[in-house]
Amino acid sequence: MYYPTYTRRSDPFGMMRSMLRDVNRFIPTNSDQSVFPVVNVWQGDDAVAVTAEIPGIDPSDIDISVKDNVLTISGERKAPDLPDTARWHRNERRFGKFTRAIRLPFAASDEKVEARMTAGVLRIVVGRPDEDKPRKIEIKAA
Amino acid sequence: MTDQMTHTPETVEKTPAQAPETMAGGRIYQPLTDIVETDEGVTLMLEMPGVSAEDVDVTLEKRVLTVRGKIEGTHPEKLQLAYAEYGEGDYERAFTLSDDFDPDKIGASVSHGVLTVTLPRTAEAQPKKIAVTGS
Repeated sequence: MYYPTYTRRSDPFGMMRSMLRDVNRFIPTNSDQSVFPVVNVWQGDDAVAVTAEIPGIDPSDIDISVKDNVLTISGERKAPDLPDTARWHRNERRFGKFTRAIRLPFAASDEKVEARMTAGVLRIVVGRPDEDKPRKIEIKAA
Repeated sequence: MTDQMTHTPETVEKTPAQAPETMAGGRIYQPLTDIVETDEGVTLMLEMPGVSAEDVDVTLEKRVLTVRGKIEGTHPEKLQLAYAEYGEGDYERAFTLSDDFDPDKIGASVSHGVLTVTLPRTAEAQPKKIAVTGS
């Protein structure tokens, strides 16, 4: 897909912003249900990284998949086991199923995706395929 | 996202705390907290993503329980932040407890970025009913 803002050199993050705008528009969200998990996106020459704070989940309960250029994070946070006699004083945390799709600036293959979970912070690094990397063109002398 | 948050009065995300900023220039966030009371005592569960067990500080003085957590930043190598939906920063939050608990009996553990603090009720802390006898 062509992202017009990417051609503007003065705004290197324009492409990323327009991508996330695109993706979020297609995800149906209830007005009373906020987007979860919130993500930070990091960009470099050889890779893109997505970090998300998902505390209180076992890494095995998270599913990460990449299809073409869409990265999907889904899973379920389970509420803690408590006896029936427990009384709630305060309940700010949220539990349940979640899913989030993020469009990447390139189509990634599975072997180039690496995910790690540290202290409730998920970090996914997606390597840029070699064929997508800019090639330097040698200028031959006439 | 901001407009969605105004619709829900409850906190759905960690919010910057009213505390002054840190010396390193970072922000301090209030961890989202669940507090449950059982017959054995009170359990607090605080979401502190990015904080490992050795960087947590739990203190109880008088009836005020203070929880602090220092984060390890997640800056991936050689990459620049291109788009941010959340901020990173240390955590701090204090609670005034209903009863006096024994500071020596506090248990704290961190698992997957969630700090669980248990305050067991000691026998002597449980309210004793005083029988009033008529003369």
